[in-house]
Amino acid sequence: MRSRDLFTAVMLFAIYSLLSAALFAVLDAGDVALTEAAVGAGISTILMLAVLALVPRKEAEAPRPNWPALTVVILTGAVLIYATLDFPEFGNPDNPVQTHVGPYYVQETYNDMGIPNMVAAVLASYRSIDTMGEGFVILTAGLAVYALLGTRRRKPRIAPKKSRSGSLEKKAADR
Amino acid sequence: MGWLGLYNYWIVVVLMMIGFYTVVSRGNMAKKIIGLNLFQTSAFIMFISAGKILGGSTPIYQEGTEIYSNPLPHVLILTAIVVGIATTAVGLALAVRIYENFGSIEDDLLNEDDLDDETST
Amino acid sequence: MRNNGILRVVARFLIPLIMLFALYIQFHGEYSPGGGFQAGVVFAAAWILFALIYGLDSALDVIPERAMYVLMLVGVLIYCAVGIAGVVLGGHFLDYRPLLDNPQYAQQFGIVTVELGIGITVATVTMLFFTMFVQRKADSDALEEHD
Repeated sequence: MRSRDLFTAVMLFAIYSLLSAALFAVLDAGDVALTEAAVGAGISTILMLAVLALVPRKEAEAPRPNWPALTVVILTGAVLIYATLDFPEFGNPDNPVQTHVGPYYVQETYNDMGIPNMVAAVLASYRSIDTMGEGFVILTAGLAVYALLGTRRRKPRIAPKKSRSGSLEKKAADR
Repeated sequence: MGWLGLYNYWIVVVLMMIGFYTVVSRGNMAKKIIGLNLFQTSAFIMFISAGKILGGSTPIYQEGTEIYSNPLPHVLILTAIVVGIATTAVGLALAVRIYENFGSIEDDLLNEDDLDDETST
Repeated sequence: MRNNGILRVVARFLIPLIMLFALYIQFHGEYSPGGGFQAGVVFAAAWILFALIYGLDSALDVIPERAMYVLMLVGVLIYCAVGIAGVVLGGHFLDYRPLLDNPQYAQQFGIVTVELGIGITVATVTMLFFTMFVQRKADSDALEEHD
């Protein structure tokens, strides 16, 4: 976050995704760990590196702390930590989240479907309309990227701007 | 063990605030998108850690295991991760187009350009 | 990177293995962690590795762009076809029970088909993302040379 070079930021982001995938694996979430490792450390990094080939690699200004933003962030963090004091304890089997529907899925999946993987059963059968919605979201994202980047460029781009407090700024006139 | 058992939520809040600060304070659009992904990943950690049962195992049925972790948050997060990359990809495509049409992806330089147009016309 | 010997040999060894592993994840999604999304992303990663080493044009010869556009829609169509088949055969939308006689086999059939649709869509959309970004870069470079 503090580095000016975007390449460093992307590499650190890939490491962070991989570490969070390892965290998911420790927290007993096999499917989620696999997805986060494949998507976060793989596809997200590839896309950002592809974009870094197109935009300048360095951020413009020196990172000085932005005091209004910092106070807002610290206030929000304090309020959130105060809100978590009402949360149930970590890992307790009597948590409210473990009642109602969760134990039903755990107990009835093998009888209803005959397959061991409960997450896939919930994803594809008990809650399959949500998965259809997700398929549509991915399709829409593909169509959006096609609409934005699919039409091939004809005119040369405008020359990159320099900051006003520095060298000159010019725009290319050949539109 | 009253409030010390909440440490996982505090870690999540710290990560979330780091991502939030990155989105709010930096002007570069690619860095904002990285911050947004940081924020999303911390929200995933919160859900998955809320669904864990101490002493349980992965929610895949095996003979002899009694306690399983709750599969419901896993399903939610699986969908959320994939929607997250969809959003990231569209955001990056927008950043590329903005760079091509305006010459920079820094908020300050784009705002200066607007001020130039306003004062000159 | 085509001329680098080590990369070519390793890629020639790894890419089929990665694609096979993606198929394994897809169809074993019921017995072990896996399913449609992971399989789609891993398959697309294998294709992207091929494109990085042998060039985007050779990769587009393997899976052309028009095929990507069609397959992207076919995946979601498979999903909705299973849903509508449930309605046609007498149940609710996306109800798997009327599809086969044995209820457990009907659920498994429904789950496998639905995950296949999702896997196809995710794989092709990811490949499409990569293709779009890289083609933009190629256009950008070509226009820079003309200036």
